[in-house]
Amino acid sequence: METSRLPRMLLMAGALLAWPVVASAGQAEQAAGFGQQIGAESQALAAQAIRQEIERMRQDFVARLAALEARLALIDRGQATPAPAPSAAPPTAEVPPGAAGAGGPSGALPVYGNVSAASKIFNPDVAVIGNFLGAAGRNAVNPAPALQMPESELSLQAIVDPYARADFFLAFGEEGVDLEEGFITFPTLPGGLLAKVGKIRAAFGKVNTLHRHVIPWTDRPLVTGNLVGGEEGVADAGVSVARLIPNPWIFLEATGQIFRGDSGDIFASSRRSDLSYTGHMRGYHDLTESTNLDFGASFSRGHNASGVVDGEDAGRFTTDLVGVDATLRWRPLRRSIYHSFVGRSEIVWSRREQPDGRQDARGFYLSGDYQLGRRWFTGVRFDRSDRAEDASAHDTGQSITLTYWPSEFSQLRGQFRRTDYAEGVTANELLFQLQFNIGAHGAHPF
Amino acid sequence: MKRLELIATLTAVLLVAAALPARAQGKPNVMTTTEDLASIAREIGGDRIAVDSIARGYQDPHFVEAKPSFILKLQRADLLVVVGRELEIGWLPPLIQQSRNARIQPGANGYLDASLQATILEIPQGQVTRAMGDVHPQGNPHYWLDPVNGKIIAQAIAGKLSQLRPNDKSYFDQRVTDFTNRLNEAEKRWLATIAPYKGLKVVTYHRSFPNFTERFGLDVIGYVEPRPGIPPSPSHTLELIQEMKRQNVKIILVEPYFDLKTPNAIGRGTGARVVVLAPSVGGTKDVPDYFKLFEYDINLIVAAIRETGAK
Repeated sequence: METSRLPRMLLMAGALLAWPVVASAGQAEQAAGFGQQIGAESQALAAQAIRQEIERMRQDFVARLAALEARLALIDRGQATPAPAPSAAPPTAEVPPGAAGAGGPSGALPVYGNVSAASKIFNPDVAVIGNFLGAAGRNAVNPAPALQMPESELSLQAIVDPYARADFFLAFGEEGVDLEEGFITFPTLPGGLLAKVGKIRAAFGKVNTLHRHVIPWTDRPLVTGNLVGGEEGVADAGVSVARLIPNPWIFLEATGQIFRGDSGDIFASSRRSDLSYTGHMRGYHDLTESTNLDFGASFSRGHNASGVVDGEDAGRFTTDLVGVDATLRWRPLRRSIYHSFVGRSEIVWSRREQPDGRQDARGFYLSGDYQLGRRWFTGVRFDRSDRAEDASAHDTGQSITLTYWPSEFSQLRGQFRRTDYAEGVTANELLFQLQFNIGAHGAHPF
Repeated sequence: MKRLELIATLTAVLLVAAALPARAQGKPNVMTTTEDLASIAREIGGDRIAVDSIARGYQDPHFVEAKPSFILKLQRADLLVVVGRELEIGWLPPLIQQSRNARIQPGANGYLDASLQATILEIPQGQVTRAMGDVHPQGNPHYWLDPVNGKIIAQAIAGKLSQLRPNDKSYFDQRVTDFTNRLNEAEKRWLATIAPYKGLKVVTYHRSFPNFTERFGLDVIGYVEPRPGIPPSPSHTLELIQEMKRQNVKIILVEPYFDLKTPNAIGRGTGARVVVLAPSVGGTKDVPDYFKLFEYDINLIVAAIRETGAK
């Protein structure tokens, strides 16, 4: 307890110190911008320097301007003029008779909720990703339904103000709605810090940070299920701070995170002081233009639920996780949309205190995914993991996947999975997945 | 417990104790998303700025990977010039967000969307859906392939540079005038070279060349892709071959990052010539700057026209 207080206080003090600096700097910028805007109105076409301000003011109208220019070009070439764009005047409604005379409003009233209403400009980017899963074969230990829609992800993303942006990811499952992630990001804090506050997937390794729709399999590896909190993984309400470590050789980023201490079935907090911590160090280096290496080391610690008796945490037991990960990527730039390879491995060590003693378990996966053509991907994965609560029991698995992308916005995947469970049961399964994406174009994961 | 203390303290020290690096008022660092913008920036900034770009001219600019090494480049940038019109939507936002650089965030002074004043074609009218493929709702982003837009981009960059370094304003102004004059001269030459073939019908792979074909008087009658971003399908390829035969189209323009299998098959079916153009500066070794971009492409097209005897 004593040992963990110092770094926590340091981090919080750092965050508090940083806040007023960035806020005041931004305000000054905004005030200066406003002054320039007034100047631009008075001497509109005068000087080169003011052109930038005009540019900013016209930003909202620039699409229409360009359309007019394009039409003008067409007219110049003597081609038929396309139908004119609909009038930009805001739609209005009639004031109900009698209202004007009774002290009510007079003249035309603006209609709210119109498609072109300016207020909608500030609506966040919205996207929905559907995830449909099918399973065939026999699995006595961990049976999945034949057909299910386990998770549809709704994302809402927008810029909050000049200092922050916000991202929400809501998971609509068969049993209800869950906040998968929801956080605010401060990208421009002084000292090169990048801070996130909210519910965040912990920066433990690679797979734990990835949403379901970007992992190259229909399931998560065995080691995730056995040691790193299952499908939900390590995800909790907390604060994350990341900084780049300047050095002349490679990209190096250190991340420190503090969470409440409740994360699926891995961490459980029974007191306010039962916080959980995650630290992550990520290195990246371009070996060549088309090949690169991404590697990391992670640490996570929190209290577990094994010591809870009648709602009282009598045992005060903790779980420590240590992980290393490495990813090798190859993608030739000239044929980048046709061929690529990603090889990845993560090893996780878990040290779990529990009433019958300490369990030291470990697990890993090793995977390779190759892009055969513009729409086809294939991959293999080897799994082996002890179980966190009983390190003498271990499961192993092998998977082969084949994925087809009709377009950038949908994908169809088949996976053959063989799992040898510690119980002595072997499961051979065929898993199917159909994913589809509507709405805003999100960034491609890297 | 000891190990935890060590790791946690180390992390905290790395995060908090590192001092702010002092920034000297040296050459401004200009980052651009593509090599075309970098080339124009170099023309305007001369030796008073440092320029680097993210995407290479021979890769598909829609599908650049958001590599962390680009974060380091953006971290040091004083000005970021982007193509805009959602060309970079798949990879630039996370890079900017992780750059920790307040100067180049969208809306900040060091962020320049080069498309704002340029002539943009193919802005969809009416309803837009993805049934049309990967359409850009804000218009076709390949607008740099028109020298007239090149001049507009140069003006915008010069304006930004003068804002960043007011003392060098006259230097940048003089260079933009010089660049515009040279480009005007070259444009006359290019137009004269291709003038005899005005109205020539061509097919392109992706909708990468509308500004180019409009400026230089070529008529695009079809695309190898059935819809933007959708790979060729057999039925569409057959239709295209029929249409090309009907209209006697002898030129297929292809970007260097697309597979040549389908274009070659269409070429065999129609007797048309497949011409791999440089859609960007750096598209091949022979295109080191913005002037060479047009020169290379126009020479290739004219040579192909002469060989095929296209009309």
